[in-house]
Amino acid sequence: MSSENDNPSKLSSTRRKLLMGMAALPAVPMLASSGLFSSPAYAQTPATSAVNTTGLAVTDTEVTVGILHSVTGTMAISETGSVQAEKLAIEQINAMGGVLGRKIKYIQEDGASDWPTFAEKAKKLLVNDKVAAVMGCWTSASRKAVLPVFEQYNGMLYYPTFYEGLEQSKNVIYTGQEATQQILAGLDWVNKTKSAKSFYLIGSDYIWPRTSMKIARKHIEAHLGGKVSGEEYFPLGHTQFNSVINKIKLTKPDVIYAAVVGGSNVAFYKQLKAAGIDLNKQTLLTISVTEDEIDGIGGENFAGAYSCMKYFQSLDNPNNKDFVAAFKKMWGEKTVIGDVTQAAYLGPWLWKLTVEKAGSFDVDKIAEASAGIEFPKAPEGYVKIHPNHHLWSKTRVGQAQLDGQFKVVFETPELIEPDPFPKGYQ
Amino acid sequence: MFSEYSLTELSSIFLMQGFAGLILFSVFLLMALGLAIIFGQMGVINMAHGEFMILGAYVTYFTSQFFLNFIPGLFGIYFFIAMILAFFVTGALGMAVEWLMIRRLYKRPLDTLLATWGLSLILQQLYRTVFGPREVGVELPSWMMGSLPVTEVVEVQINGLFVMGLTIAITVAVAVLMYKSSWGKQVRAVVQNRVMAGAVGINTEKVDRYTFGLGCGIAGVAGSAFTMIGSTGPTSGQLYIVDTFLVVVFGGAQSLLGTIASAFTISQAQSTMEFFLSGSMAKVLTLLGVVIILMLRPQGLFVIKVRR
Repeated sequence: MSSENDNPSKLSSTRRKLLMGMAALPAVPMLASSGLFSSPAYAQTPATSAVNTTGLAVTDTEVTVGILHSVTGTMAISETGSVQAEKLAIEQINAMGGVLGRKIKYIQEDGASDWPTFAEKAKKLLVNDKVAAVMGCWTSASRKAVLPVFEQYNGMLYYPTFYEGLEQSKNVIYTGQEATQQILAGLDWVNKTKSAKSFYLIGSDYIWPRTSMKIARKHIEAHLGGKVSGEEYFPLGHTQFNSVINKIKLTKPDVIYAAVVGGSNVAFYKQLKAAGIDLNKQTLLTISVTEDEIDGIGGENFAGAYSCMKYFQSLDNPNNKDFVAAFKKMWGEKTVIGDVTQAAYLGPWLWKLTVEKAGSFDVDKIAEASAGIEFPKAPEGYVKIHPNHHLWSKTRVGQAQLDGQFKVVFETPELIEPDPFPKGYQ
Repeated sequence: MFSEYSLTELSSIFLMQGFAGLILFSVFLLMALGLAIIFGQMGVINMAHGEFMILGAYVTYFTSQFFLNFIPGLFGIYFFIAMILAFFVTGALGMAVEWLMIRRLYKRPLDTLLATWGLSLILQQLYRTVFGPREVGVELPSWMMGSLPVTEVVEVQINGLFVMGLTIAITVAVAVLMYKSSWGKQVRAVVQNRVMAGAVGINTEKVDRYTFGLGCGIAGVAGSAFTMIGSTGPTSGQLYIVDTFLVVVFGGAQSLLGTIASAFTISQAQSTMEFFLSGSMAKVLTLLGVVIILMLRPQGLFVIKVRR
């Protein structure tokens, strides 16, 4: 694939400086106003050479971004929603006149649920296509695989999934929650409202559940005065949970705290139900089941359980109503929207706002301008980018209903500060 | 570890744990039976076994949708019809695959591994394109959900009982078919000496096709039954394939009895260890045990003497 725009870095340096100087003058007034939905300020489009000094795929009318998710392989189940949300956001931004007067064009690549493929495609998007930003990745493993690529070729990644933390990069904006944001408030809530003292931790066996459970255990033991009555991990794709369910029955914990993922998730909840554990009586709090997962688990198998997320499709606010309506209009009445899908939707919007604040598509300027970017129209409610490139966000607890939707039963009063390297939890 | 529990609690938990082991045994045996026929009788290494199972699961899903939308009054019995449909749909696909692909590879058994692995990738992507990448939730009739309380603590899962019953029925049916019927005799004759079997008038091609179809059909029924305990998605079949091969190879490829014994050993070991250790550790130890035993006994637990 070749990039179809002129590559300014190929111009001689004197000519480039000249162009930049010329372009800078008309561009200045445009930087002053970066109101959210105010298009009149961009009636006059700033010159390409002014807003793009590093040779990105930006023309006078278009800017190219990348979408990098798995649409084949195991992870396609989860990542499909993210792709849909990103395309919706891009379409909406274009309908409003685009970014700095340029329509967003996307090149979509398939990570195929394979981490080296993610790295390869990321390199292709950055080096060959010169995309201005990439919305992509889902699993931590894929993010870890592309991170060195983004740092080496200085790209910008908007990463949507809630994840384990312990990472921060100039080249990544994390639009999902890091572990402490998601976990602590939920544990406090269950401790307070259900007087929960004993917790049974169960998760799939890889980095995210293990790190999350480590944080949860520290919090339970040090801050809640509770005890962990069991901690179990199962290989990804494990389908038989009867033994651990017996153990849970024997230890009778106040709360089952679960971070099981993928196909195992479905097996776990179906077998809990079959074993006669009624989730309306046995409190179960999970950090890994969104509306997307309930589709596969079946609402009747999960009803009554609590999920701790920053977003639920049922959130009652005008932003979310518009978002859900637009999403269903574009992708069909039957689609559901989970936490990560909403976070993926934030990616293109945050990028647009940052570009407009920086007055440039240059990655260095965007990385710098990101801190303090506010997006009041987010479906989850107002969010803001922290200098550590994570989002300030609220945490909510929802109780699953028979129809596969959540009823929000708790919401933190304030935005929670992202803390990817939490002291005392490592 | 157990000092804080009363004797009745402990005994009922061990009772339930025993039952959990039996369920796991039935699940392992059910998923391995189809493969045991294909691998054991025909020597074909069918890597697409999991995908045949998932086809059965999808058939179940669509049957349930059909009943929900058109004849909700009969929803309680849809599962039986779904299983029969699953058997014939996957069996038919199996026969088509045999005719198009496998029969050209009988002289190169190792190549079937590669070919069926390719087939499994094709089927996965096909499911993803046709049925969508997301998992589907298969709704069960209410009588199949939940558990029967035996005492206050001891509860018996209804779907566990169902899988057990189904496994026993299918195992008996396969045993009768293979060892008592004249068709079974033909299959075994072809396995032992293909040329000679052909010379005495057995249509070996037809026998091959039906054997492969039967194996796939049973995989479809297994997949249909597993919608009760697992997920149904384009790649869900991959969740079962490793355990399936483990059971068949460990049991000795050509023996039905071996498959049963192997499923029993592995499931009991796994379920007991899962109770005392963590899930990942139990899996590691099970695999380690199987590796060691196969090093000492490469032919598996049970072997039937075959003239080579």
